[in-house]
Amino acid sequence: MNCIVCMTSVPDTASVIKVGGDGKSIDESGIKWIVSPYDEYALEEALQITEAKGGEVTVVTYGPDRAEAALRDCLARGAHQAVHILGGEATLGDSYTIAKVLAAAIKDRAYDLVLCGFKGVGTDCGQVGSMLAELLDVPHVVNVVELEVGDGSLTAGRDVEGGRENLESPLPALITCQKGLNEPRYAALKGIMAAKKKPVDKVEIASLGVDEGSGGFYRVENLELPPAKAAGTIIQGEDDAAAAAGELVKLLREEAKAI
Amino acid sequence: MAGILVFVEQRNSEVRKASLQALSEAKRQGGAVSAVLPGSGVGDAAAGLGAWGADKVYVADDPNLGLYSSDGYAEVVLKAAEQAQPNAIFFAGTAMGRDLAPTVAARLGVGAIPDAVDLALNGDSFSVRRPVYSGKAIATVDTAGNTPQVISLRPNVFAAEEVGGAGEAVALDGLSLSIRAVVKELVEAAGGEIDVAEADVIVSGGRGIKGPENFALIKSLADALGGAVGASRAAVDAGWIEHSHQVGQTGKVVSPSLYIAAGISGAIQHLAGMSSSKVIVAINKDPDAPIFKVADYGVVGDLFDVIPPMVEAIEAL
Repeated sequence: MNCIVCMTSVPDTASVIKVGGDGKSIDESGIKWIVSPYDEYALEEALQITEAKGGEVTVVTYGPDRAEAALRDCLARGAHQAVHILGGEATLGDSYTIAKVLAAAIKDRAYDLVLCGFKGVGTDCGQVGSMLAELLDVPHVVNVVELEVGDGSLTAGRDVEGGRENLESPLPALITCQKGLNEPRYAALKGIMAAKKKPVDKVEIASLGVDEGSGGFYRVENLELPPAKAAGTIIQGEDDAAAAAGELVKLLREEAKAI
Repeated sequence: MAGILVFVEQRNSEVRKASLQALSEAKRQGGAVSAVLPGSGVGDAAAGLGAWGADKVYVADDPNLGLYSSDGYAEVVLKAAEQAQPNAIFFAGTAMGRDLAPTVAARLGVGAIPDAVDLALNGDSFSVRRPVYSGKAIATVDTAGNTPQVISLRPNVFAAEEVGGAGEAVALDGLSLSIRAVVKELVEAAGGEIDVAEADVIVSGGRGIKGPENFALIKSLADALGGAVGASRAAVDAGWIEHSHQVGQTGKVVSPSLYIAAGISGAIQHLAGMSSSKVIVAINKDPDAPIFKVADYGVVGDLFDVIPPMVEAIEAL
């Protein structure tokens, strides 16, 4: 059972986001880049599947040089192979171009399952998985929180508003992984040392025959920070909680008209 | 402009509120509006869409479309698009819409823009404002001239507005449904629980509620307000409540009319997920908790003392 994990590196979720000089991308100074949190579930699931059924996990990322650190982190956690497609600075969340690049890099590899995070924590598009499946011409299931992989097919559960859908799909297939699917492992020291020696297959974008363009299908015109919020009304409720509660409800009713 | 095609989502033949919001927003943009509704036994639902602004309703009524599938529903939307030739296709940004929009876009060979919170028409093409980094920043994007523009609209941001009128129903025939990943069943949560992604009011609990049993207190306030129960990552990671309730950067990003955070300190990841709520209330013992910086109203106090009288006061309204 060979698994391909599509991974993107994103700013640490604790990062304070500032707008860069071009007014379209973020200021990358001081940003720590990590494996996108949902991609950790994809990697973990792939590792568990290959541990149980044999086969290899190949992690593919598309990004500039700085993406290599996250790729090494995946190798340290147990991925067998790593592919680094160099580029992606200009895509700024252009899901379709990203999917095209990934499809070109994946299509000739042998795989049973492609796993992605359900979204990249950053541009927050959550579209690459569905688009990539279409380009690879395989069925897909997004938002997976439960997975059983059998011979030639899978069953999966995913959360939808107020319920859960249970699905069946033939393999090969693509899934996107949601929190709740598993508990991602950390890299152990031994893995970190071993990862330093594992090769990373560097792929030049030109060799894939895809034009990464500049905002080919999703063009960012402007990036700004949300307007600062005015200070709110603070009610002291330490001494008389009931009075504070009453005042709050009154304000919500009469001033905010929220209830 | 040539017009907007709106994908309309139903569950048990009942049209979802978020789809009516998308339909209403399409109507407000002024051009011709058509809707596409796949499902099984959805004739009545289709007939009602005219009142929400659809001039034409493409209906695909088929037993194989009762439950969602990326393949089946994408085929239906493509068929409707072939007939309507829209400039833009709108989806509600629900779990379904967030999958179907990129699937349809890839089949059309165009990109897609998710999570629209504002739309501006430039000529016959939309510029879209959408939150990125879970709301830490806002991007304005377009599709660089590619059409049709595939756009999903964030639920609860655009108003649903009944305008009256009757749409012309057009049955979509000659579908050759080829469904690979099949939804075998949809198991709905017990007691018709409201999902945080759809709720107009959310009451969330965090580490400060001290244990899973105290979500009953959070729920009592949510119930009094007719809202949903949310949670911080700390409460979810502690195993107190399921992840489907989590609000924040690695949970759901929400914009309800009223968001009440109880016992949540306000880590940057949580603030990112709820700061676009219309009215924010914080209840916390620590007057220096970061949650108070984004709150419109805050009560410095013990949530166990504050919430019960709040419930009483609300019920007395």
